[in-house]
Amino acid sequence: MGSGTRQKLDNPVMEWVDSRLPVFSLLQKEYGVFPTPKNFNYFWNFGAIAMVMLVTMIITGIVLAMNYATTATDAFDSVERIMRDVNHGWLLRYLHANGASFFFIAVYIHIFRGMYYGSYKQPRELLWMLGVLIFLLMMATAFMGYVLPWGQMSFWGATVITNLFSAIPLVGDSIVTLLWGGFSVDNPTLNRFFALHYLFPFLIVGVVFLHVWALHVTGSNNPTGVEAKGKQDTLPFHPYYTMKDSFGIVVFLIIYATFTFFLPNALGHPDNYIPADPLVTPAHIVPEWYFLPFYAILRAITFDIGIPFTDIVIIPAKLGGVLAMFGSIALLFVLPFLDKHPVRSSRYRPWFKWFLIAFTVNAFVLGLCGGKPAEGFWVPLAQLSTFYYFAFFLAVIPFLNKKEPVMALPESISAAVLEKKSAK
Amino acid sequence: MKNKMKNIKMTKMILTLGVAMLVALPNANAAESSHDIPHVDFSFKGPFGTYDRGALQRGLQVYTQVCSACHGMKYVSYRNLSDLGYNEAQIKAIAAQNSTMDGPDDEGEMFERPMRPSDAFKEPYANDKQARYANNGALPPDLSLIAKARGGGADYIYALLTGYEDAPEGVTLSSGQHWNKYMAGNKIAMAAPLSDDIIAYEDESPTTADQYAKDVSHFLMWAAEPKMEVRKRTGIKVILFLLVFAGIMYAVKKKIWADLKK
Amino acid sequence: MSVKKETNSPKTEGAHGEGETRRDFLYLTAAAFGAVGAGSVAWPLIDQMNPAADTLALSSTEVDLSPIVEGQAITVMWRGKPVFIRHRTEKEIEEARAVDITALRDKQTDEDRVQEGHEKWLVMVGICTHLGCVPAGQKDTDVKGEYDGWFCPCHGSHYDNSGRIRKGPAPKNLEVPEYTFLSDTLIKIG
Repeated sequence: MGSGTRQKLDNPVMEWVDSRLPVFSLLQKEYGVFPTPKNFNYFWNFGAIAMVMLVTMIITGIVLAMNYATTATDAFDSVERIMRDVNHGWLLRYLHANGASFFFIAVYIHIFRGMYYGSYKQPRELLWMLGVLIFLLMMATAFMGYVLPWGQMSFWGATVITNLFSAIPLVGDSIVTLLWGGFSVDNPTLNRFFALHYLFPFLIVGVVFLHVWALHVTGSNNPTGVEAKGKQDTLPFHPYYTMKDSFGIVVFLIIYATFTFFLPNALGHPDNYIPADPLVTPAHIVPEWYFLPFYAILRAITFDIGIPFTDIVIIPAKLGGVLAMFGSIALLFVLPFLDKHPVRSSRYRPWFKWFLIAFTVNAFVLGLCGGKPAEGFWVPLAQLSTFYYFAFFLAVIPFLNKKEPVMALPESISAAVLEKKSAK
Repeated sequence: MKNKMKNIKMTKMILTLGVAMLVALPNANAAESSHDIPHVDFSFKGPFGTYDRGALQRGLQVYTQVCSACHGMKYVSYRNLSDLGYNEAQIKAIAAQNSTMDGPDDEGEMFERPMRPSDAFKEPYANDKQARYANNGALPPDLSLIAKARGGGADYIYALLTGYEDAPEGVTLSSGQHWNKYMAGNKIAMAAPLSDDIIAYEDESPTTADQYAKDVSHFLMWAAEPKMEVRKRTGIKVILFLLVFAGIMYAVKKKIWADLKK
Repeated sequence: MSVKKETNSPKTEGAHGEGETRRDFLYLTAAAFGAVGAGSVAWPLIDQMNPAADTLALSSTEVDLSPIVEGQAITVMWRGKPVFIRHRTEKEIEEARAVDITALRDKQTDEDRVQEGHEKWLVMVGICTHLGCVPAGQKDTDVKGEYDGWFCPCHGSHYDNSGRIRKGPAPKNLEVPEYTFLSDTLIKIG
């Protein structure tokens, strides 16, 4: 970033700014000529798409906040006022509500891409961990945002999720009271959730900045998992990937717009159009779809864990569920240190590939279980799926570290591309 | 070749999974109450669907003459009735049929005045407690959002209104309970509200309970989602725009990458 | 597809004159679409700050004039702003009409500021046209300024008893809102 190596700009105004604060040089270096592997497929669009969704959420969120009332008595009414009376309010709210879902869709695909092509592996461990941190912050933000309309699902979702902390031994109940600011989810809870819901996206922006910074230190991974070895393997980010990303973004926006304009409530729950009622719990509480797999893991632990053949309980079922849920995210966090196999990309890891695809299908099964009432056949299915979720990290990956053969890798990205071309 | 195939296979798989997720998960949420609900051919269904002004006006009539005895609609104001095709004078007249308490006046007294277009629909009860007391302990829900607050939407409202039957043998209903095949748990506190010829329509529509149920469901859908028409209109423009834009961006991307290969 | 030669430099721009025109055209179209898209998105984001439908629906208010005796003034709220309603005496009306309007900053006759047949009622938005303070002069005990009307304490604007600006920084007379007489003693503002 030193100005010593800076190239002069033609435009005098830009040059004046750049010689004092080299923003244009920085942009040129990091997004203009930044060397990017030339063999990205469309999975590599989803980072940019997620970024667009983050910006969309922040912008629509700020304008919604201008019209939203943060009190338990007025919150629901103010949301209805946004939907009915505020100019374009219905559009802004539907964009925001569906935007959350599409942000998660983009991020889930982005995470899958990272796993499939081994993007988390050395030297990108910290990059991956920052990504998981973004995901965690997103979950917290989305959860608190869902509380704000103060419908039945908002209220009972908030009650159930905050009650998770009561599973913590000794201090659990005190923590829950602290979170609530009272003896139940009420006005103080809503107020602090709103304040934090407004704050967290900016924390996300901060961590995204670090995430991108870390990316630009190591450079991008690519579908072969072989590091770029020189100029012949890379392209300048602009215009090749700016344009490819733009295309991908517009396609993604088409699907997002289809939901926003034609199926705006399909991803939501009808009960959230009923004002919060602390006296009546809905028949069947479900979180938003993007939490369902984790919700299924939470509910899968229906048994106390103790010393066999005694009555001694070490981990009661409630605490077990909470630990399993947080553990499932913690495992993602430490994935770079679990997977020690020298090959990155699933293209050259046939064993890992199938276990990962099974893991992905399993995540959908978990999601399905999370959306169903915890009864009958869904309980053992959720337990089986939860078992595989953990086994994937704790048994499959260590097993593959030792047993999966190391395939010969292409010499370079260019070599791989050439081989692919000549095969056609 | 192999790689290309692999890529296609994987893309396909991801797409399938994605679609499965989008379809399965919302349904998983809404599944419990929407089984067996008959599908009504409402004009507002589908991406180009609009509300039928005649049905809305008839639905308002059904609401006013039947439902409003027990159910309020606090998020709908008389001014909103312009959506139904009424003009300003008609709306003023409709509003003025009811009165509300206002005040305090300059002497500190509350006073009664006719309702204005800016007022929300007249509430049938002063508060929830009064509503419960008048209805055997059951609270008649506010209807402004009911079509969005129930899985199945307007179809469900129609089904519920036409789903009253004699209780099957062996089932005893306590006093104030009725049997409805579409109600969750089948026991409902509301007696069948509609029967043939209880409301005189001004147009030629049949005055049957079935038609009343259809019209009021139509009206309640509008009440819950008054911006639906502008939403769909905007949506069509936005999606057409984005499709063309996507085409252009694809061409730009192709052109740039083609230059690279030369 | 045939085997294509890989080039190391991505910026190989041959002499494809036609190709370049086509590319420029594509770029331009894409940029135009992007601009139109961004512009259309910006409008709802801004317009949401304009008054909402329920706010607009409340934008008129009715005032009963019968309790206001001659020489007295009341202040009512309309759209969140004070409206001055003054029941003027014959003497005040005469004074107001005697003013030579060519000497005024904002040339307006008193007749233009009241409704025909209801000359004794002066209805004005009580907001100084300078920077929005509320002028004093409604109560008998208030400072009424050098022209015996209203006086804005913020920056010293003097209004006469017809609400016209006579001295001080304000550029215009006090605004007369749109109002109609529903009966002799009932007006609807807005």
